[in-house]
Amino acid sequence: MSAVLEPQQGISGHHDHAHDHPHGWRRWLFATNHKDIGTLYLWFSFSMLFVGGFLALGIRAELFQPGLQILNPELFNQFTTMHGLIMVFGAIMPAFVGFANWMIPLQIGASDMAFARMNNLSFWLLIPAALLLVASFFVPGGATAAGWTLYAPLSTQMGLGMDLAIFAIHILGASSIMGSINIITTILNMRAPGMTLMKMPMFVWTWLITAYLLIAVMPVLAGAITMLLTDRHFGTSFFNAAGGGDPVMYQHIFWFFGHPEVYIMILPAFGIVSEIIPTFARKRLFGYSSMVYATGAIAVLSFVVWAHHMFTTGMPVTGQLFFMYATMLIAVPTGVKIFNWLATMWRGSMTFETPMLFAVGFIFVFTLGGLTGIILSVAPVDVQLHDTYYVVAHFHYVLVAGSLFALFAGLYYWLPKWTGHMYHETLGKWHFWLSMIFFNITFFPMHFLGLAGMPRRYADYNMQFADFNMIASIGAFGFGFAQLLLLYIIIKCIKGGPKASDNPWGSQQGGLEWSVPSPAPFHTFETPPAFKGGH
Amino acid sequence: MDGRYNLQTPVTGLAADIYWLHSFLLWICLAIFVAVFAVMFYSIYAHRKSKGAKPADFHESTSVEIAWTIIPFLIVVVIGVYATPVVIAQKDTSNADITIKATGYQWRWGYDYLKGEGEGISFLSSLSTPRAQILGLEPKGEHYLSEVDNPLVVPVGKRIRVVTTANDVIHAWMVPAFGVKQDAIPGFVRDTWFKAEKTGTYRGHCAELCGKDHAFMPIVVEVVTPEAYTQWVARQSAASAKTAVASAK
Repeated sequence: MSAVLEPQQGISGHHDHAHDHPHGWRRWLFATNHKDIGTLYLWFSFSMLFVGGFLALGIRAELFQPGLQILNPELFNQFTTMHGLIMVFGAIMPAFVGFANWMIPLQIGASDMAFARMNNLSFWLLIPAALLLVASFFVPGGATAAGWTLYAPLSTQMGLGMDLAIFAIHILGASSIMGSINIITTILNMRAPGMTLMKMPMFVWTWLITAYLLIAVMPVLAGAITMLLTDRHFGTSFFNAAGGGDPVMYQHIFWFFGHPEVYIMILPAFGIVSEIIPTFARKRLFGYSSMVYATGAIAVLSFVVWAHHMFTTGMPVTGQLFFMYATMLIAVPTGVKIFNWLATMWRGSMTFETPMLFAVGFIFVFTLGGLTGIILSVAPVDVQLHDTYYVVAHFHYVLVAGSLFALFAGLYYWLPKWTGHMYHETLGKWHFWLSMIFFNITFFPMHFLGLAGMPRRYADYNMQFADFNMIASIGAFGFGFAQLLLLYIIIKCIKGGPKASDNPWGSQQGGLEWSVPSPAPFHTFETPPAFKGGH
Repeated sequence: MDGRYNLQTPVTGLAADIYWLHSFLLWICLAIFVAVFAVMFYSIYAHRKSKGAKPADFHESTSVEIAWTIIPFLIVVVIGVYATPVVIAQKDTSNADITIKATGYQWRWGYDYLKGEGEGISFLSSLSTPRAQILGLEPKGEHYLSEVDNPLVVPVGKRIRVVTTANDVIHAWMVPAFGVKQDAIPGFVRDTWFKAEKTGTYRGHCAELCGKDHAFMPIVVEVVTPEAYTQWVARQSAASAKTAVASAK
């Protein structure tokens, strides 16, 4: 790839921007600049990561030993529920939107997002939603304790906290839909001349597909929880058998959203890893077009596998078979992506700075989660393992080691572009190894717990599960505290550090982000740059 | 130790099939894992800049792409071929010797013997672990949280159909050694089956989040010889006749 800049573009980096954007709180509250909004998204999701992490440590503290010590079962269920909701809707999803805001315009050579004011609204909607979620702990009856899936009719039994959660998810959904419209419009209309669709960076491609998934399924979730709301307060019986409804219908609607949601949280991660591996292998991404097709195939398949979350609800045999076969098929395009990454590394000239460590670590642990996914796809085995700790292990391998590690990789990769400073490499490597080791100490033993039959969402458990639970709890605290190191690294990098060059990794990959100065000036690409090269 | 690193020792044919299927899948996945990461770690070892590796410039190969699409597809087909008969057997609840209804309540199980020997027997089954053990005031017993006042009793070698439903929210009736887990859904009936091949006491738990005492509504099934079962049925009938008389007074 070689991006050629218009001469005047480079100069804009030397401007003092004191005069061209508002300062103080106005800069953030009225933000329309994609970089500022990206920064807001990233700090928001990082704070939510710590809130969700606090809840996770509460769970692991209670499960450190058999018996009830710290949390009573009501509060324990609130912790598991809110940990899930906050991590999914507050930490992982907004973090990827933050990356999209920062990087998509920079990568495709656009001056900003297509709808700058809507972008502002998408972000600021997150704040009331987060406040509703956190405040729900303090209303009578506490937060919702029905699990992050909010299955009816347990969720219809809940108190006021449930209504707050429903409103929060409505708001978050509106924010996601607006964000997606913005991303799609930006990508389809504002690419630099010469950047055809099949020359776009992989991160942009994966986000384009993700945004379509979001627009397709967020309204479905909104529908499900609205039906829940009317069942709770307006006497409808969508999910109440006594009134002619069906509790299982809630699960069908929820998982029609829920399964694509899983890919919403992993496809942009694939994109980030596809940017990083070629850079540090000093070699072009292997099989670019097959990567694009595989991403599309995963997105399409994600709509026809939802009921594999429901193998124990008692579907007819044909239902079990269809959803088993469809689910197993997802292994094929996912495998293609992993093989393409390995082929990119093969006979490259690799170095292992922190972004690459996290990207390679991602491939390793994410693949482990993918393999347990194959095991779970087989319906009779799933019946045995459903709602046990095996499933908890599986989805943390793909969501923490998958999505979160890819986010960390992307953070270290683009932090020099954002701040203009290099982060502390040794500390970054420490953060990687601590995260990697403690992650596995936390979640690997959960496979054994699940195989032996320990159900999930249990505040207390049999003596036979004591040792693995203790190991998992120790790992969880290590993993949690390792993230404070990340906070320190980020603050240190913002405050100072060695000056980052325009292209600190010498990347020949990706998009136009390496053609602007580091830190990226407030306004970039005010005239469209020329894009030559690409894939 | 039983069920420490692997699935519990199966006591039904179906659980044995699931056990085999899981081991089969695990070996396939281990083989893929070893093959894929042997390549990756060799590459990490050999193709690094510090060893003077120069980047090659290949970045596309249609034949390789086709190969690594077709081969995983074929592996998936093989898995499907082995899994399908087990799915069909698992869902076939016909020809039961005894039918028992398991009803989930917040937070205990109720059992009604609907058909076959023991028809008419009906009782509730609640956690019998003392509260003091849960709160750590007493040492925890061997079957902490896996013991009930009235276990479900079934004869060995008979096909038992379990019909599940619930009174309030969704629960799930799970006995890992039988390979059985079936949601119990309020207002609907679902069913599953097992045929235990060994006498003994088998323990399970509620597997669908059902509120605050989700962790405190275990399932205990005693599998006894047909003779012992007949005696148990007689005792139960006598006892329920006694209660009927007592309540009539």
